Amino acid sequence: MIVAKRKPIEEIIEEAQAYEKILMVGCNECVTVCEAGGKKEVAVLASALRMHFVNQGKEIKIDEVTLERQCDHEYLEELRNQIDQYDAVISLACGVGVQFMAEKYMSMPILPGVDTCFMGVTEERGVWSERCQGCGSCMLAKTAGICPVSRCAKRLFNGPCGGSTDGHCEIDKDVICGWQLIVDRLTKLDKLDDYEVLMPIKDWSTERAGGPRKVVREDVMQ
Amino acid sequence: MRLQYPSNVKIIKLPCTGKVDLIHLLRSFEKGADGVCVIGCMEGACQFTSGNIRARKRVEEAQRILDSIKIGGERVQMFNLSSSEAPQFVKVITELTEKIKEMGPNPMKAESSKLKAQNMDAQSSPLSASSFELQAHKEGISL
Repeated sequence: MIVAKRKPIEEIIEEAQAYEKILMVGCNECVTVCEAGGKKEVAVLASALRMHFVNQGKEIKIDEVTLERQCDHEYLEELRNQIDQYDAVISLACGVGVQFMAEKYMSMPILPGVDTCFMGVTEERGVWSERCQGCGSCMLAKTAGICPVSRCAKRLFNGPCGGSTDGHCEIDKDVICGWQLIVDRLTKLDKLDDYEVLMPIKDWSTERAGGPRKVVREDVMQ
Repeated sequence: MRLQYPSNVKIIKLPCTGKVDLIHLLRSFEKGADGVCVIGCMEGACQFTSGNIRARKRVEEAQRILDSIKIGGERVQMFNLSSSEAPQFVKVITELTEKIKEMGPNPMKAESSKLKAQNMDAQSSPLSASSFELQAHKEGISL
């Protein structure tokens, strides 16, 4: 899932204070799972903002709604008949949802309510960590299912580097060396011979460095 | 024991403080409560293993939010008491009430009244002048 974290309330207040009627829109997908932008977080943030503005002597209307997703036309269309009642929208979706809403409702200011962080997993309740950087050409079959792009600080394909100590990365003693994980898992899979094979230079043109990307599947297009 | 505690304190009973959500605490203040006191079982004695631990974390988060919007995080507090500690219950409730009196009323009340006066035609505000405090999971307490 896409992992996001809550924005500081002060930052949201600064952006929102120019408006009088605000619609706060949550998303039922990834940001609900990572407890940053679901229905509950919308309720908490809207309540805090209402209190702040009343405390400041400002009468600002803040309504709440949570959509199934904000990255699909059909769900964003649900706002079509009510969005004109507002001066601005605070979207608690990831950056994808915020942008898609902005594209759809061109004349409406859309403010982000969360900081989008990465594609990751829920390690335990309250702890999320990165697993994928969407490089566009998955190499996991050759690295025992552990990604050196997202798990190695240097994105090495023939690691580990000299900074790996006791299975941890030199950038932070709490960061596990991705290549240590790969070697450990290759050992478990009895495929340590694969480790001896030098990886070719990766084609990074499918990664973000190649510019904004698009996936097109003509067989499912309408 | 027939102990007396401040009459402005309203009790809300819950099956466990683990039921207290962050939004419940914030809505209390949004509706005009001057303070909220969450009282759970002693740590380590939760029948649901960790309800009171979770409640404390939520209270701490509510404190952070109330501080950041300048309502005052100290207006919400959590205490752990057993059901046989009625005198202690009276003590913490009384002390918290006095502390909140020193802090003054919830600023929401005054501002809300001003806004209402300014705009009598507007729809009724979600803010009311009611004041209550929250006590959870102390049904067996003897006063």
